[in-house]
Amino acid sequence: MPSLLSLDLAGFVVLYWLAIGAAGLIAPRNIGYVGRTLFPLGALGSLALAAIGLAALGAAPQTMVLAIGLPQLPFHLRLDALSALFLVLLGAASAGISIYAAGYFRRGEGTPPGLQCLQYHVFLASMTMVLLADDAYFFMVSWETMALSSFFLVTSEHRHAEIRRAGYLYLLVAHIGALGILLSFGVLQGGSGEFTFAAMRAAPHSGWWATAAFGLALFGFGAKAGLLPLHIWLPEAHPAAPSPVSAMMSGVMLKTAVYGFIRVTFDLLQIQLWWWGVVVLALGLASALFGAVFSAVQSDMKRLLAYSSIENIGVIFVGVGLAIVFNAFAMRALAALALTAALYHCLNHAGFKSLLFLATGSVLHATRERSLGKLGGLIHRMPWVAWITLVGALAGAGLPPLNGFVSEWLLLQGFLFTPQLPNGYIHMLVPVAAAAVALTAALAGYVMVKFYGIVFLGQPREDKLSQAHDAGVLERIGLLWLLGLCLVLGIVPVAVIEFIDPVTRILVGTGLGETARAHGWFLLAPISGARASYNPGLFLIVILTVFALVFVVVRRVYHGRVRRAAPWDCGFPLQNARMQDTAEGFGQPIRQVFEPFYRMERELPTPFDTAPRYRVKVEDHFWYWLYLPIARAAEFGTRLVTPLQKGRIAVYLLYSFVTLLLLLVLR
Amino acid sequence: MDAGAYVLQVLQVLIALIGAPLLTGWVNQCRAWLQNRSAPPLLQPYRQIAKLLEKDVVLAHNASRLFRLVPYVLFACTVLACAIIPTLSTDLPLAPAADAIALVGIFALARVSLSLAGMDVGTAFGTLGARREMLIGFLAEPALLMVFFTASLISQSLSLATIVETIAHREFVIYPSLAFAGVAFTLVSLAENARIPVDNPATHLELTMIHEAMILEYSGRHLALVEWAAGLKLYAYSCLGLALFFPWGIPEGTGFGNIGVALPVLLVKLGIGGMVLALIETLSAKMRIFRAPEFLGAAFMLAVIAMLVRLLLEAPL
Repeated sequence: MPSLLSLDLAGFVVLYWLAIGAAGLIAPRNIGYVGRTLFPLGALGSLALAAIGLAALGAAPQTMVLAIGLPQLPFHLRLDALSALFLVLLGAASAGISIYAAGYFRRGEGTPPGLQCLQYHVFLASMTMVLLADDAYFFMVSWETMALSSFFLVTSEHRHAEIRRAGYLYLLVAHIGALGILLSFGVLQGGSGEFTFAAMRAAPHSGWWATAAFGLALFGFGAKAGLLPLHIWLPEAHPAAPSPVSAMMSGVMLKTAVYGFIRVTFDLLQIQLWWWGVVVLALGLASALFGAVFSAVQSDMKRLLAYSSIENIGVIFVGVGLAIVFNAFAMRALAALALTAALYHCLNHAGFKSLLFLATGSVLHATRERSLGKLGGLIHRMPWVAWITLVGALAGAGLPPLNGFVSEWLLLQGFLFTPQLPNGYIHMLVPVAAAAVALTAALAGYVMVKFYGIVFLGQPREDKLSQAHDAGVLERIGLLWLLGLCLVLGIVPVAVIEFIDPVTRILVGTGLGETARAHGWFLLAPISGARASYNPGLFLIVILTVFALVFVVVRRVYHGRVRRAAPWDCGFPLQNARMQDTAEGFGQPIRQVFEPFYRMERELPTPFDTAPRYRVKVEDHFWYWLYLPIARAAEFGTRLVTPLQKGRIAVYLLYSFVTLLLLLVLR
Repeated sequence: MDAGAYVLQVLQVLIALIGAPLLTGWVNQCRAWLQNRSAPPLLQPYRQIAKLLEKDVVLAHNASRLFRLVPYVLFACTVLACAIIPTLSTDLPLAPAADAIALVGIFALARVSLSLAGMDVGTAFGTLGARREMLIGFLAEPALLMVFFTASLISQSLSLATIVETIAHREFVIYPSLAFAGVAFTLVSLAENARIPVDNPATHLELTMIHEAMILEYSGRHLALVEWAAGLKLYAYSCLGLALFFPWGIPEGTGFGNIGVALPVLLVKLGIGGMVLALIETLSAKMRIFRAPEFLGAAFMLAVIAMLVRLLLEAPL
């Protein structure tokens, strides 16, 4: 029975990972053993998981009940197409990240590699369990395991105060989010007391309760995904974590939140209201624009990528929101289109963002610098990393013929159908939304040029950069694997859409697979050939052909002579590396155009300063508008309660006594 | 699709390659006349390219391989764009490879690669140019997409060929939305092609240049390709504007009789377009760089208005 087998196999992969993690504890400080042996073995598990996911995509849903857990509350497992797609994502991305991590560890302070190996593989296993869970109890257990294991990974370098602070913030937001998810499940079970997903599907949800469940799920999963205004942990936690962990969190973990949200809204909730979609769309747009605008002004390369993750998550939620709107009006094919765009973007983001985070890891190792203003010119010192990252950056900028473009293209196609919506207001609003999506995509290009140009191009901004070395063999293999993912996702979109087809089939009842396949393997025409089409393969072939032709013709007819000289620079002879744009300089136009977005503090020198200093601090309004008031309120609340706390056991006994008395009286 | 279509496709690319420097020369000539200068010869851009191809490439010490690859990538991207835009016929074998959104993607790819090349040598001007180019780019791209969306709402398609067929070959209808979209498109084209209100193609005055700052370090055959690609981009945008707003004369068939009509019509339209461009450039002054967001913001708003006009007023059409 092959169908039951894949769920079993996925379970075995989980156990295998746990065993590898435990094996890390045998010799936790032996880098050769932990790094070069255990992590590559873990990568094999990832590959197996991706294969299992691919096999299970087309198969019927499989279920299993595990006899572990609490009495009367066994763990339920289920593997359907939606889980399978995210398993593929998890397996494919983590295979590259694990191989990379194998070459990444160095001797140093912080958590010993063996312990990190345990945390890392528990993290992987818990994400798999989240995707397989079929009851609220198991889901929450896995979800919390995931949060905790990633928290310990984030705080690997726990000797630094700011890393501990970042980890604390992450843990706080993760738990507040988990509370939302827990309450959402509580509403979903609809008074039946049954917490399996099957029971939730069967439970009738009336309008207001359904809205409550939806709202709580949006809050809970939004916190994990980094949706506005719960995004604040991302730019703190990603720079704090070691690069493979940032890659895993940004590339894969954020997608489990997308998975959970899709699971609740499309699968568990039987009804959908159109305005939910509008809410999700608006939040997604806000996050996308906010993330893009903020990532353009960052000067720490990992923070820049973290904000860019917020942007991409926003784009994914825009797709999900649009799908909800279409689905609520029973426009199934269009819902499938929007949902496909969202899921496709999940895959894309897992590919290119993991790659970019890993690249920052290599740069960090080679230079010990995270600040963009102290890098530069690394294309000469680290050609492997530089050229691989170039592809990742172009994919992240959403340029054809790479993968980031395909999902954006699909999403914009979806927006063009919104005039068919029966509701007059949204069909007016949606063109504006499409414009915002276009603006975000264009800003992503700006961000990627900034990131790549400042880190890898130009002259080295510091002397020590001449010591930088290229990534090791294992790191290169990991990067190349992710590069391959980006290329495959970009060049054969039809095949990818066929893989997504079964998912949209179970969620909205129809898929794009058939229409996409009708035009052959390379031509992507999701609705019809006359409506819109895109052929990345032909695209690439034409560009390469013209490239080769021009190259050969120019060389043959003319010559290939090259002379090296000092840069021209309009004849200015005193050019040095300090005169290039810094990260702040490159972000300055964005700071000026989008000024209201930022909370800025500027210190300008006066003309008479002998040692002039220019300082600008760009911060997030949300800290001051939302979080600090909440923090102050919490502090105020605790101060009110403080008098109760006397530190003497007799007083506490008195409290219990009084409480007991009160309860007896009130009864 | 027959063999004729493939011949036509190749022909269209060749015409673009040959015609692009001619268009640049024509615009320069018109501008010189309007400004009371003695005009350069029409064929001056060809001489320029030929001269540059002859010359040695002088590379900065710090230039990487990327710097040397970009001119070819840029050239290939613009050639692809010229091949996709329906200029001689709507029935082209390459047309399904990219619709309007993908075309925007091609232009974005060209822009990003040139910006990266601008940053590669690591001079102050190079990064300045790259930064400004990306600023103009991210403002212009959404406006351009909105223009395409308006056109696509009329023809129910994003495929350029279908848009042309709808507007040119069905019964004649005046679409007010297209007027707004046309103005927006003109503004975007001026910005994207580094023309006068936003950038000045003829300047090497340090603080005002955008495009020229980026390509300051290029020389020899690389510079020839970059210049040629810039000409091709202008040609592509002109053809795009003609295809969207004045598509009459672009045949649906691929017979050689059709070319006999299409080619002269194209030449006349491009000639008029070049004169209009020279007129705009003569009548306006170059803006400060931070006025450019307002300029392109206006383009964006016009494009959104075009879309709303389409949705509100023309919906029953």
